[in-house]
This record gives sequence, C-alpha cells and structure tokens, in this order.
Amino acid sequence: MCAQHRYCMQDPSLEVTDKLLLEQIQPGSRVLDLGCGDGRLLARLRDERDASVLGIEIDITQHHASIARGVPVLQADLDEGLQDIPDGAFDYVVLSQTLQQVLHPKQLLEEMVRVAKQALVVVPNFGNWRIRLQVLKQGRAPVTEVLPYEWYNTPNLHLMSMHDFQDLMRLLGIEILQEIPIINHRAVEKAWLANLRAQHVLYILQRLEESSTKTESDNLLHSS
Amino acid sequence: MATQQEISEIRQHSGVGFVQTQLATLFEPPHSLKLAGGGELGPIQVAYETYGELTPAKDNAIFICHALTGDAHAAGYYEQDDEKAKPGWWDDLIGPGRALDTDKYFVICANVLGGCQGTTGPESKNPETDHSYRLDFPFITVGDIVEVHSALTKHLGIDQLLAVIGGSLGGMQVLDWAARFPDQVRGAICLATAAQLSAQGIAFNAVGRRAIKTDPEYKEGKYEKGAGPRYGLALARMIAHITYLSDQSIEMKFGRRLQDQDTFQYEMLPEVEFQVESYLHYQGKRFVERFDANSYLYLTKAMDYFDLASQYGSLTKALGKTDARFLIASYDSDWLFTTTQSKELVRALIECGKHVSFIELKSPFGHDSFLIEIEQLQKMITPFLEQAYQTRLAESAKKS
Repeated sequence: MCAQHRYCMQDPSLEVTDKLLLEQIQPGSRVLDLGCGDGRLLARLRDERDASVLGIEIDITQHHASIARGVPVLQADLDEGLQDIPDGAFDYVVLSQTLQQVLHPKQLLEEMVRVAKQALVVVPNFGNWRIRLQVLKQGRAPVTEVLPYEWYNTPNLHLMSMHDFQDLMRLLGIEILQEIPIINHRAVEKAWLANLRAQHVLYILQRLEESSTKTESDNLLHSS
Repeated sequence: MATQQEISEIRQHSGVGFVQTQLATLFEPPHSLKLAGGGELGPIQVAYETYGELTPAKDNAIFICHALTGDAHAAGYYEQDDEKAKPGWWDDLIGPGRALDTDKYFVICANVLGGCQGTTGPESKNPETDHSYRLDFPFITVGDIVEVHSALTKHLGIDQLLAVIGGSLGGMQVLDWAARFPDQVRGAICLATAAQLSAQGIAFNAVGRRAIKTDPEYKEGKYEKGAGPRYGLALARMIAHITYLSDQSIEMKFGRRLQDQDTFQYEMLPEVEFQVESYLHYQGKRFVERFDANSYLYLTKAMDYFDLASQYGSLTKALGKTDARFLIASYDSDWLFTTTQSKELVRALIECGKHVSFIELKSPFGHDSFLIEIEQLQKMITPFLEQAYQTRLAESAKKS
C-alpha cells in the first residue's frame, strides 16, 4: 500500500472515530451507515444506543460479515447514489472515511441530507501541516499515516482541507451544525489552528430550509 | 462403475440421505378452506417432506416454498430411486453443514395447493363426484397456497417459523406469508422474486396457457390421466424455459452449434437442428412426463394475480405488520424477476423501518440462478439463519 521508505500504519483513528460517532447519536435513533464495512459501528449502535440500523456496503465479503453480526445491509454502490432510500427515512446518516473515495461527493452529500435529518461525515483534512510540509519539502504527492497511498493506487479521489469542505457546504446550502477536528487521535472540540493541525474532521450536517438554500447558493453564485 | 448397492450406500450417507414424502389431510369439512376467489375447498391433502429434527421448543423450523413447477422433494433421495435419479431440487443447500443445516434446523417443504405432486389439485379426485376435479377445481391464489402451508405447520405443532425461504413463485409465497401471518415468520428469505409479476411475465404465462388450451388433446380440461395436451404443455414449458435463462447462459451452453451434423440441412421438417432446439424439446418432453396441464394453468394464473401492494393498499401496509427479518436477493442476469422489482420491496421495507438486507448476486444463469448458484446462497443464508436463530434463543432465554 505505501512506499517502503516512508512510515505508515493501519489507521488508528477508526476506534476514535467510532467512539466519537457513537457519542453523537441519540439513543433509539434510526441510523444509516454508508460504506458500513463489516457492520462494526452499526452493531455497537444497536447494542449500546438501541438504534435501529441499516448499512450500505458494496463489498460482498463485508456484506456477509454484516449479516453475520445481525446488521441489516444493502449491497449498493455509493457512486450510484441512494435512490433506494426514501426521503427522511433516517435520523442520522454516517459516512466515515469514505467521502474522499466516492466519484461524486457533491451528489452524495445532497443525498445524505435528503435521507436523514443529520449527516455525520468524517473526512481526512488535507490542510494538515504534515501534508503541507511534505508537499513543500519533497515536491511529491504526500503519503502520510492518514493518507497512506501513492498517487497511482490511492482510493482517495477527492482531497480537501477544512476550508474546502466549508466552501462546499455553503454552495450546497448545507448547514454545519458542528465541526469536530481530530488531532492525534483525539477529538478536540475547540482547536486552535484546526485546519493546520487536524488529521481528520467530523462534520455534523443538516439541510437548510428550502428557501434559505436558494438564497445561499444564489449569493455564492453572485459573489463569484 | 459403482453397483446399485454402492450407489445406494453413498446416497444414504450424503446430505439428508433417504427421505420419504408424507401426506397430511387438512381442512376436513366443516373446516374447509375459504378461498380468496370465493368458494370453499376441503378436505385438502398436502404432500410434504421434512429434514432434520424439530427441537422441543419448536423454534428451529424453516419452511421452503417451491417455485412454479417444483415439488416437496427438496433434498435427499428416495430409497426406490434408480441410479440415474437426481436428489431433491435444492439438495446442495439442505443437509448437515449446508446452509439449511439439518443438524440445527427442522426443514419442511410441501407441494403447493393446485399442484400435481401429491397436494390436492385439479388432478385430484373430487370427493363429491369421485372424478378428478379438472376445471371444476376452484380458482386458487398464492394466498390460498400459503393458508394451506400455514395450516400444515400448525398441524406439525409449529406456531412460528424461524424462516420461510423461496425463489420466484416461492418468493411470492414468502412475501404473502409475512403479510398474511406477520407473527408466524421470524425470517423471510426472498430470492429472484417480486411483489407482483411484470406485464412481460404475464404475457409469457398467457402464451403458455394458450399453447395448452389450443392443443386438440386438451378437450376443455377433460383429458384422461396419462393423456392430455402433450404438445401444448411441452410448448408452454419451452417458452417458460427461455424466460428462466439469460442471453449469456444460452450463448455459453449452446451458441449456434448444430446438434447432429456440421452443415445446415435446408429442410423444414426436422425440428431439432440447433443444439438449443434439441435442449428445449428435451425440456418440454421431460416436463410432460411429470406435470399436469391443468395444474400449470391454475398455478400460472395464481402467479399472474399475485399483487401484494394492491391486495393490502400498499407494500408498506402489506409488510408493515411483521417483525420478520428480510433477506432479499436478485440476480443481475434475471430479466423475468428483475433487480428493480426486488429493490421496490427493499424500499418499502426501509420505509416501514424493517430489518432488511439486500444483495444483487452476479450470475450468468438468469432467473434459474437461485436453483444453480448454491455457493452464493450458502454464504449469505448461513449467517442470516444463524443470527435469526441466536436472536430467537436469546429472546426465549430472556423470557424464562
């Protein structure tokens, strides 16, 4: 996966992210997890939060693993959207470490706020100082602990900094209810120089009312 | 070459081994079955087979719903089978260590009402007239079929099924069961099926029925046993068989290869020139040997009428009452029961907050895939049943 001369390891933030996500979800909620893998997070949400859960996963082995945990799961390709999920069917929709890997992140985000009241999105922060430094010093596409791939084999198609993400939310008329930077495997609610220091960020999003959505994106169009 | 004795030995110890079809008589008057299309029927004989053992808590029963022309013989061999006989139609799926693990589960499969493989149908004797019912047999629906099978499970002392599983028309029965008896079903496995047959499906059924009825030997359904519309029934089967395959599977299996010679004959009369022709003729011929034409008419009509949404007002109303876990699978090369139709079910189930898993399986074999691609089913069904069973055990542990 990663070049031999550079140090990298399995993402240790998974555990942190799962815990963080778990904390955000009200007991008894309906939760949809996009790219749910083996259903690990959903099983915990079911057992610890009494949540009614559903996963979406494309990989068949992972799909079977979810079933084996008793987690209901639909096999679907996130690149084809969420057309089988009815509007507002969920309280929360979770997309953890996946947005950067889908073909159409913009459409997916719009779909997410359509199917659930709140969307919880965890993304790597490309504005992190290590990445900036690597690009600056080595003049190469960065390979880090958080983004441990070479440019030619990375599943990460869309890299963004916190500022980039915020811009897109304004464009889409999606409100950022909360922005939680994850720095050195710890969630830091109020981080100083977050865009420089965060390796990942958890965003809690919700769709703005129809009318305000329009004005927001209109404003943005006019200003640009 | 193995001797008959050796073959028999092997069969006795493979899968579920030797099995027997059993008969139950239900709905004896005055407790006749009230049919959806009006009228009553009773007594009704049901042919069924069981594999594995029912636990004392009666919590490990799985009911298999067979497809249009299937029967109760889902697994194992009959002791009297000759060496060429094949095992039951889902044998690879049923037995110790298989997906429907007979070391754990009690598996039931029964022939459908209106069928011709032991359960009361048009070929059966009408007790009032002492003649076969033929077209005097009342109209039956998928719901009536399920009513009879539900009564059979009660007859076996089972109040609640761990799972009901079926493909195609069998899958329609699973759906109907979950809607009709929401408390009786813990798990519902629906393969290559839909909440209603497509117009295209109805069209193919109509052509099949037409083939039967226009055969001069059909005689308004009053043909003698052993006689009947052989050509019409074979033709119906040939047409239906094409709908069960896919473009790719026909191409793989036969291509444009010729049967007995290397060049065209330039003659109209021989009907078996291409290999695919020979295959369809063979399928038709074999089908006539085992199936009754009137049953075919009744069952295809039941299939055409099945429409869960219109019956209950909507799919969410139909499936909203059950707490069953659903496992829904379609096949990418199935054009008779499409993935889109399966997804309609999934959508409705999500809408009413049900536990539903869905997968579109990849297979070149078209609609028939659910009978062929056993390994895929094994991987998906095994954990599903395991979870359903563990959950059930945990629940009863909590209660006691």
